[in-house]
Amino acid sequence: MLSINNLHVSIEDKPILRGLSLELPAGEVHAIMGPNGAGKSTLSYVLTGREGYEVTDGTVTLDGEDLLALEPNERATKGLFLSFQYPLEIPGVPAMHFLRTAMNAQRKARGEPEVGAGEFIKLARETAAALKIDFDMLKRALNVGFSGGEKKRMEIFQMAMLQPRLLILDETDSGLDIDALRIVADGVNAMRSPERSMLVITHYQRLLDYIRPDKVHVLSAGRIVATGGPELALELEREGYEKYERAAA
Amino acid sequence: MTLSAAIRTGDVAQLPGKRDEDWRWTDLRGLIRVLPPPSPEVSGEVDDGPFGPAELTIVNGRLRGDTAALVVPAGETRTVRLRFVSASEATSHGAHLAVELGEGARLTLLESHEGRAADYVADAVLTIGVGKDAALERIVLTNDDPGAVTVSTAIVTLGYGARLSQTVLAGGAKRQRIETRVEHPGHGAQVRLDGAYLLAAQRHADLTSVVTHDGVGGVTDQLAKGVVRDQARGVFQGRIVVAEGADKTDGRMGHHALILSDRAEVDAKPELEIYADDVACAHGNTVGALDEDALFYIRQRGVPEPEARALLTEAFVGEVVERIEHEGAREAAAAWVAARLGG
Repeated sequence: MLSINNLHVSIEDKPILRGLSLELPAGEVHAIMGPNGAGKSTLSYVLTGREGYEVTDGTVTLDGEDLLALEPNERATKGLFLSFQYPLEIPGVPAMHFLRTAMNAQRKARGEPEVGAGEFIKLARETAAALKIDFDMLKRALNVGFSGGEKKRMEIFQMAMLQPRLLILDETDSGLDIDALRIVADGVNAMRSPERSMLVITHYQRLLDYIRPDKVHVLSAGRIVATGGPELALELEREGYEKYERAAA
Repeated sequence: MTLSAAIRTGDVAQLPGKRDEDWRWTDLRGLIRVLPPPSPEVSGEVDDGPFGPAELTIVNGRLRGDTAALVVPAGETRTVRLRFVSASEATSHGAHLAVELGEGARLTLLESHEGRAADYVADAVLTIGVGKDAALERIVLTNDDPGAVTVSTAIVTLGYGARLSQTVLAGGAKRQRIETRVEHPGHGAQVRLDGAYLLAAQRHADLTSVVTHDGVGGVTDQLAKGVVRDQARGVFQGRIVVAEGADKTDGRMGHHALILSDRAEVDAKPELEIYADDVACAHGNTVGALDEDALFYIRQRGVPEPEARALLTEAFVGEVVERIEHEGAREAAAAWVAARLGG
């Protein structure tokens, strides 16, 4: 599904990613763990096409198609979804209106019919209930005045509504208490399928108790320095990143 | 120095200009060297305005029908569509209308200023008296020609317990000024004075207001928003004066503008002039660009950039539209905004 090869990325001429390579096959969940400053958020932003990240070398393909040549909205239409570490507040735009606009923009770009108001509300009601989101919250301006945990749940709600094929979860556990974490993880796990892949970016192992990865990669100083099974996350939790930071330096 | 005096006398020296403090950003004297000839009388039908068929229509400065003033008797409730239509190219005209609301009367005034020709100069003056405990909601929509010069002035006097709720939506012209002056007696009277200017190309719009609080316990709540792009220029001048002894005045003023291009300009002068001791007054003024982080977030969800920008801009202006109480007017205002931000 996702293939990253020798990716080099700079921000204002400062190299952040230095030769990152990664294969994420369809149906798999991979975790990316690493210390602060390793380039985890840079990876999520460069994959989704945020401005200000300069790709100086390497390729990224999604099902063989050059992802880096596409606009952010085109990447979303191809099925790429980023659950933001810090979801933005969108004043004046009710969450429902926002999401229906997004859903119909994607459908239109794919040549599919737009979703009707009734059908959309029914779907939103069911999805919100599963994530224990109060339906009235969806009538409020998106994320404005929401708590950190509510914002993260809204990210998962949007994900469940848009049904993307490639999910990037950037520090989704930050700001969540244990009950909210379980709800969010259940929501994510419900989306696991043979056609869908996930990249779970996290600093801590905790989230991986709930969302079990097929593989764990250690990102340090801009490249993958170790890859293993779920046991690698436990080792990192026990021993820290120091060994890998030394290896990368 | 007013445009109406200049039109009446034909003397351009009567035009307000840079040397008048309140006109320095809307300099008519420097702009108009010779006034265009007086507008002719036009008798033909004019099709419906933005609010639908109108009760009062003023074409080229002349009020049609035999009404001389708009009077709502005490206790009565009316909705009146009032149109100012400029129908002749490169001509000038002025109009005056008196509006009177008796005690406890209610009026929804749906006012439009429409250009059906190019390069006209038009002045309109409304003198409005809102009686004790009466309520006026005034919505002003403008669709002026890009070559027009227009000034519209409302002089409002309120009785005790009266309410004025106003929303001005300015689309600009070569020069366009919409001015509101309110004599606020306090004593339970309330004023909401909102506005929005949405300007593209080389259009100019100037929202100017002066609210003078003369009595105890008055409320003024003002919210203006602006969006300028291309080489457009928006002007906001808001003044709230609280006279000596007008204690317990509650005055709030907010002006917020988005500048969507490097060559667009916004000039803002929010002023609070307070001579009383015990008041609660505040103003806020911001001018900036769209939030790039929010734009990226919306695009990541699949919305193309132009639509993402329109969504944020419409939401920004939406706050003003939502405060309109009259449902039909709110819908007409929303359509007006969407038409200007869509293209």
